[in-house]
Amino acid sequence: MSWWWVVIIVSGVVLVALYLSMTAGRLDALHRRIDAASHALDVQLLRRSALTSDLASSGLFDPATTVVLAASAHAARAVDVTDPVARGLAESDLTRVLMEVLPDEAEVAELRHSPEACAMLDELSSTCTRVQLSRRFHNDAVRACRQVRRHRAVRWFRLAGHTPWPHTMEMDDTPPSALTDR
Amino acid sequence: MTLKIGIVCPYSWDSPGGVQAHVRDQAETLIAGGHDVSVLTPVEDPTHLPPYAVDGGRPRAVPYNGSVARLTMGVKATARVRRWIREGDFDVLHVHEPLAPSLGVLACWAARGPIVATVHSSIERSRALATGYYVAQTALEKINAIIAVSEHARRTIVDHLGADAVLIPNGVRVDTFREAAPLRRWAGPSVMFLGRMDEPRKGLPILLTAFAEVRQRIPKVTLILVGPGDPDEVLAGVPAAVREGIVCLGRVSEDEKARALASADLYVAPNTGGESFGIVLLEAMAAGAPVVASDLEAFDHVLDNGRAGRLFPVGDASALAHAIIDLIDDPAERAQLRDIGRQRAELYDWPRVARDILDVYASVTAGQGPVTEDLRGQIVGRWAGRRREAP
Repeated sequence: MSWWWVVIIVSGVVLVALYLSMTAGRLDALHRRIDAASHALDVQLLRRSALTSDLASSGLFDPATTVVLAASAHAARAVDVTDPVARGLAESDLTRVLMEVLPDEAEVAELRHSPEACAMLDELSSTCTRVQLSRRFHNDAVRACRQVRRHRAVRWFRLAGHTPWPHTMEMDDTPPSALTDR
Repeated sequence: MTLKIGIVCPYSWDSPGGVQAHVRDQAETLIAGGHDVSVLTPVEDPTHLPPYAVDGGRPRAVPYNGSVARLTMGVKATARVRRWIREGDFDVLHVHEPLAPSLGVLACWAARGPIVATVHSSIERSRALATGYYVAQTALEKINAIIAVSEHARRTIVDHLGADAVLIPNGVRVDTFREAAPLRRWAGPSVMFLGRMDEPRKGLPILLTAFAEVRQRIPKVTLILVGPGDPDEVLAGVPAAVREGIVCLGRVSEDEKARALASADLYVAPNTGGESFGIVLLEAMAAGAPVVASDLEAFDHVLDNGRAGRLFPVGDASALAHAIIDLIDDPAERAQLRDIGRQRAELYDWPRVARDILDVYASVTAGQGPVTEDLRGQIVGRWAGRRREAP
């Protein structure tokens, strides 16, 4: 009688341990997915501000626009990357500046008079699209991770270890419509 | 930058289907763009595989999602998937239909690194999905980016799985259809139907009713039926006078389909449901056939709310008859629809769609290394992996 109880308890413990180990593995993969996504987003954001700086120093714009472009690109690069809120605000400002500077297709068509300018604008266009995609993928990874971290088993057994609670990146990432309507 | 791309097709390469056609066009467009592509797919007869495709094993008939699907699963399939991933050394892995229990799920489990998935169908929440929810989640969690080909498919992902998906529409090979030489000239105006004749959701009976009405007004009109199905059975109830104006071409090849579309004065899509995208409409538009289609949500979208083609209420045969008569009587309107249709199809041209897909690849590969084999939970695999690494 008691022998059966031992078997049942031991197999129960083994099953729970297996489940916990699998969940810890899932969680680890999810944390790595967030790391990769946030790194990718970082790469695209840095590329966007670098391209904006290039655009500012290209001589394509009047002095006032040049100053605004350079200042917002600099602000986006100088911000503390560990503070997602501040970074989101600085990047949103850059988004709005790009939208103001490239308001409509007529204006953009006027800028496309040299091959260098065309290449620059095309690269900015695809980078803006990639910023938007990267942010969506990042936030989706965060959502998937949070979903698992909310499980009771994960909280009780502290399967997430010391990894901080993941945060989404909130910013306005709308690409300038005049650029993306290809 | 050229990428090494591994694409997984879930369904048998030798059976016709939208997903297979999508995978083929995607692979060929990417190869034309200078990328290195390998497609892993189930196949009955591997001798007919194109050079870029790899045999993923024979499919087995499994009841799935309300019908019998031919899928590939099992120990042998898993081993093939793992070897393909190990030897492929891909920069990005692209899995099609990750929710179908086939090679796609196996590939998600077997790989780590940049994984992109495309969802084609809109699956209603089924018992199968509910029981498979945990399993589906473990595979989905490893996917870095999900693409949906239609708004309908996107909503499936968002509502049922809570995940996000980027909308990148199906592509159409505009060149193939634009340059197709007309199959032949018909004596009078011609109206074309394309699809399984005996599949009720394709709506052929509605078109046959409408066609009888059209023929009373315009006796010289011809109806061309293209697609599999037994004509005698389908046309059994059709009066002889109407039957005279109907030509059955049966099942045709891709080239013949393009040429048939190029020779039609009108293309009619009387579908009553079950369409999540409407790729045939775009193919007709690219071939220069003005489109008349039922106002399903997907068709409405492809036809730009009726600006790029004529819409009629689903199942309304007399409205369809009127639309056909109107357009046959008005060559100027048809010419205009042909121009608008061609422009509209350009938006879905494969090179353009491929560029959007490459943007997604760029977004997932930027933050991590290439695709490697995932050895978690693989006791034997780990041991073998260590043996392999040792000199």
